[in-house]
Amino acid sequence: MTAVTTDQSHLSTLPPAQGRANLLGTLRSEITKIRSVRSTYWTMIVLFVVTVGISALITWLTASHWDQASLSQRATFQPARNSLIGLYFGQFVIVVLGALTFTAEYSTGMIRTSLTAMPRRGVFYLAKALVFAVAALIIGEVASFVAFFLGQALLNTAPEHISTTLGAPHVLRAVVGGGLFIVACGLLAFGIGSLVRHTAAAISITIGVLFVVPIIVNFLPTSWSNDIMRWLPSEGGTAIWNTAQQAHEWPAWGEFSVLLGYTAAVLIAGYILFRRRDA
Amino acid sequence: MIEVRGLTKRYGDKLAVDNLTFAVEPGKVTGFLGPNGAGKSTTMRLILGLDRPTSGEAMVHGKQYQALGYPMREMGALLEAKAVHGGRSAYNHLLCLAQTNDIPKRRVDEVLGLVGLTEVAKKRSKGFSLGMSQRLGIAAALLGDPQVLMFDEPVNGLDPEGIRWIRNLMQALAAEGRTVFVSSHLMSEMENTAQDIIVIGRGKLIAQTTIDKFIAENSTGTVKVRTPQAEALAKAVAAAGGSATTSGADALVIQGLSTDQVGDVAFDTGIRLHELSQTRASLEQAFMELTADSVEYHATVQGSGQTAVPAGGRHAAGHAAPDGPPPQITNAPPPPQDTESTSEHAGRTS
Repeated sequence: MTAVTTDQSHLSTLPPAQGRANLLGTLRSEITKIRSVRSTYWTMIVLFVVTVGISALITWLTASHWDQASLSQRATFQPARNSLIGLYFGQFVIVVLGALTFTAEYSTGMIRTSLTAMPRRGVFYLAKALVFAVAALIIGEVASFVAFFLGQALLNTAPEHISTTLGAPHVLRAVVGGGLFIVACGLLAFGIGSLVRHTAAAISITIGVLFVVPIIVNFLPTSWSNDIMRWLPSEGGTAIWNTAQQAHEWPAWGEFSVLLGYTAAVLIAGYILFRRRDA
Repeated sequence: MIEVRGLTKRYGDKLAVDNLTFAVEPGKVTGFLGPNGAGKSTTMRLILGLDRPTSGEAMVHGKQYQALGYPMREMGALLEAKAVHGGRSAYNHLLCLAQTNDIPKRRVDEVLGLVGLTEVAKKRSKGFSLGMSQRLGIAAALLGDPQVLMFDEPVNGLDPEGIRWIRNLMQALAAEGRTVFVSSHLMSEMENTAQDIIVIGRGKLIAQTTIDKFIAENSTGTVKVRTPQAEALAKAVAAAGGSATTSGADALVIQGLSTDQVGDVAFDTGIRLHELSQTRASLEQAFMELTADSVEYHATVQGSGQTAVPAGGRHAAGHAAPDGPPPQITNAPPPPQDTESTSEHAGRTS
């Protein structure tokens, strides 16, 4: 440790600031926060590798086994969906980052410092959610597009022409929607994190909602499960990257709005509690 | 200027802060004293708007903290040293705080230099010692060059050099006309640092006064005398309305009379004095007497080096039973920070 001094004369005086601390400064602060911890980069790398890797594996297997595919498999084959299947696993990675973005403030105690810097909690909450959403959108879209193009290239190795392009009906929507699905899942975890304020609890609850609930519903009689399934947040994702509507789903954007509805509800509930609760 | 009016905070059925009213004036260091669990940290959290008061209000420069335009430019606070994300470097920690309050980047480098952390600025703070973390917290408090500063137990875990540095810093800040409000459960820390003190116990205000008045009003000063005629002087003192107890072969400790009166008594009775001195009660002693009834959890095991820790792991070192021997508070090692925060938490929820 260097010698210390109480002499403040070498400190420059601060230029006076007009107005008050606002959303802009808080956004810059949250950008600094998210880019200055390693977990951000790790989760983003893992998300990319998992999404693209699994998509590549599935499309490669599909292409190399295409000659053994049944007629019904050939009839219902969706090349876009096939190449985006890795997003189904990528969602769990973004859930971790979304939950951590909020709950790490509590587990580290940083929240008390953060709220001293920006005591207007609505501004803080909004800035944090926005910065996370943009980060998730970038990595989500990159992963979705890379998975799509790599997947189509691998499908091209099949003996028949089974790949598709962005120009084909609904394909662009499916690929862009894949990235949006990542954002929505991440924000769902962020919102649940702001409700429970505990990392492990937030991650397990979100994964339970997205992964375990649909499995349980699947075991119900089909007439029931179809009616229930379309109201589950998890269906929003699978619907958005389908290029043909399934029997148990609303149309793609309608089904996606179900997921967005849950996400919005959780974010609003989290915001209300965040405003009221002691930090 | 910090003003607290009728401030009350209830956690469940526990009243952590009970109708506190006080003001902290600029230009001096004001000590905020009380035993562990007295409600000091809770009061500070209420001032910062981290917790919502059950009733009453806390104002900084006449406004609630949430209403301050650029809060860090008006008030700097050090609560817990470990209230940082350990994976973030010291520089980035300060930078993200500075950005919220439109504080230029170069100020971050300056405060890092001021607290002596320049060399480790790019290191992740999880590797910092408690002392370095305290310095980082103080750097954050000074970031906005605020007129009001509030430190919660700032010398916890610091080495003697660090303690001296913080004392000098607080006095320098006060000398510049700033408001400096600093909490401690150790009286000895405040004796040479603070001019005013606010004492609380079990969430209630016990005293708001100057250090000198506090001692004068809350402890009985004694007069120490050395004389070859101790027995004769003891009788004379008793006759004059005082009481004397022997302490050693030729020394008396006299209560109830001033040094002037004792000198006069000796002169009138022709007793030879070798020493006549006022024994000023220490702040520590005055504090122990005053808060003896309001210490929440008394240590029940004496002299074993092991303090009993009732009720959720509360850190009870330094609290002696009122009739027990005075504990060596000044020599007690500072409690580790995590124990400290756990105890605060226990205090809030139990």
